[in-house]
Amino acid sequence: MASTETTPAPADDLSGVEAGLDALDSVQIQRTPIGQLLRQKALPPLIGVLLVLGLWQLTYSLHVTASYNLPSPADVWGSLTDLWTAGTLFSIIWTSLWRGILGFLAAVAIGTPIGLLVARVKPVRAAIGPILQGLQSLPSVAWVPAAVIWLGINDSMMYAVILLGAVPSIANGLVAGIDQVPPLFLRAGRTLGASGISNARHILLPAALPGYLAGLKQGWAFSWRSLMAAELVASSPDLGIGLGRYLENQREGMSMPGVLLGIILILLVGVAIDLLVFSPIERRVLRSRGLLATGR
Amino acid sequence: MSTALTTSKNAPVDESPTGAPAVRISHVHKSFGRPGTATPVLDDITLDVAPGEFVCLLGASGCGKSTLLNLIAGLDKPTAGEIEVPSGRPALMFQEHALFPWLTAGKNIELALRLNGVARPERRAEAERLLELVRLGGSYGKRVHELSGGMRQRVAMARALAQGSRVLLMDEPFAALDAITRDVLHDEITRIWAERQLTVVFVTHNVREAVRLAQRVVLLSSRPGRVAREWQIDLPQPRRIESAGVADLSVEITEELRGEIRRHGQH
Repeated sequence: MASTETTPAPADDLSGVEAGLDALDSVQIQRTPIGQLLRQKALPPLIGVLLVLGLWQLTYSLHVTASYNLPSPADVWGSLTDLWTAGTLFSIIWTSLWRGILGFLAAVAIGTPIGLLVARVKPVRAAIGPILQGLQSLPSVAWVPAAVIWLGINDSMMYAVILLGAVPSIANGLVAGIDQVPPLFLRAGRTLGASGISNARHILLPAALPGYLAGLKQGWAFSWRSLMAAELVASSPDLGIGLGRYLENQREGMSMPGVLLGIILILLVGVAIDLLVFSPIERRVLRSRGLLATGR
Repeated sequence: MSTALTTSKNAPVDESPTGAPAVRISHVHKSFGRPGTATPVLDDITLDVAPGEFVCLLGASGCGKSTLLNLIAGLDKPTAGEIEVPSGRPALMFQEHALFPWLTAGKNIELALRLNGVARPERRAEAERLLELVRLGGSYGKRVHELSGGMRQRVAMARALAQGSRVLLMDEPFAALDAITRDVLHDEITRIWAERQLTVVFVTHNVREAVRLAQRVVLLSSRPGRVAREWQIDLPQPRRIESAGVADLSVEITEELRGEIRRHGQH
C-alpha cells in the first residue's frame, strides 16, 4: 500500500496503521489442492460402487437365486453393449433427458413466480402456502391416471405430471429461501433506494439464491422421478422410447439384465445431472458467499 | 418515500439557502403498538442539524436513538411531527456492515451507484474512487467474507457515500469493532466528513466516542426519548480519544447520562 516516505503527514501515518491492521486481520483463503480433493471426494464413492459390484458378483457366483432373477454384472454390461451396437443407447437416454429438461424448465418458469407471490403476498401465502406444502408430499405417480384421462397418452400428459411433481418443490424452495433472507439486507436495500422490481432483482432474489437452488435441485429430482413414472405407465408408439419405456419393455420381455440396466441408467442420469449441473453451481454460490467450510 | 433523487455524483449539490438545516426534526413523537396501549418511544423531539455539522445522539438503551435514525432515514414514519431532509433520502450505515455477500466489495458500491441512477460506464471508476477514499484501493474484487471487520465497515462507508447523499446517518457503526480498529475508523470518518463536507448524525451509547467525533452531542433521555441536554464540543479536530480534553468532557457527560439512567430506578 502507500509508502510512508512520500508525504510525512499525519494522514499518511494513519494509512500506514490501517494497512497494517488490514494485513493482520485479513482472512486467509486457501484452496485445497486438486489431488487432495480427488482423494477426499471422489475416492470414497468409487470404493462404495466397487463394493456393491463385488457383493453383486459374489451373490451371483454363490447361486443364491436363479440367474434369470439375478443376472451377473457382466450380463447387464452385455445388455448395455447390445444397446450400444444397436445404436439406440443415446436416443433412449436423450428422449427421456430432453423431456425431463423441458419439463423442468417449464416447472422453473411456473414455480418461480408462484414462489415469489407466496413468499411476498400474505393472503396468497395463507391461501395456497399449505396446499403447496401438501402437494410436495404427494407422490407424482398419483397424478398419472388423472393426467392420462385428461390429456390422453401423449407428451402433454408427461409434462403435466412433471409440472405437478416439480412446481411445488421449486416454489417451496424459493419461499424458504426468501424467508431466510436477513431483514438487515432488506433494510439496507431500502436505504439504497431499492423497491419493487429493483428490490426483487438486486436484493431479494440474490439473497434467496441458496434456498432457491436447493429447491431447484429437489425440483429436478422430482421432475425426473415423475417423468419415469409417467413413462413406465404410458405406452404409445408416438411417444418414442425413453428410459422408463425401455425398462417396461424389458420387463415385458422378461429380460432381467435389461431391467437392471434400465434402473441403473435412470439412476445414473439423475445423479449425473445433480453432480454436473447443480452441485457445481451450488458450491460456487456458497463459496463466493463464504458459506462453505474450506479445508475439510 | 421520497424519490426525489436529483443528486449528481460528481458535482456537489448546492446547499439549500444558507441557514436552512440539512435535517429538521420538529415535534416528533413515535409510539409502537395500537393507539391507547401504545408505549411512546420518542416524545416531542425537536432538533435541527446544520449542513456540514457532525452531531452525535447519545443515550442509554431504550432512548429510541435508533428509532429516531430510522425515522430520519425514511424507513419508518413518525406518529406525529415532521422530519425534513431537504437534500433527499439520506445514506444510512448500520452496526452490522450489511454488505451483500453475493457481491464483491466493488460491486456492492456499484449497486448503490446504480440504484442512485449513475450510468453504467461511470460506475466502475466511481466505485474505485470511493474505495480509494476509504483506503481500500485494490479491494474491488474482494468478497465480503475475505475482508476484516474494519475493512467491511469501510466498504459499507464507501457504499453509503455512493448514494450521493450529503447527509450520512450512522447507527453505532463501530460498536462491534475492536478498540484499535475503532480508533482508526474514528480518524477515517473525521477525515471523510471534513473532505466531503458531509452532514453526519451519529448514534452511539459510547460517551467518549461521541466526544471524540462530534461538534455537538445531544443527550437523549430514556423511555420515552426526549432531548435531555446538548453540548457544543469545541475541541479542535483531529482529536484523540485518550486526550485530556475528551476525557474531561466525557466525565461531565457521563455524569449527566447516569443521572438520566438513575431516574428509571426510582418510581
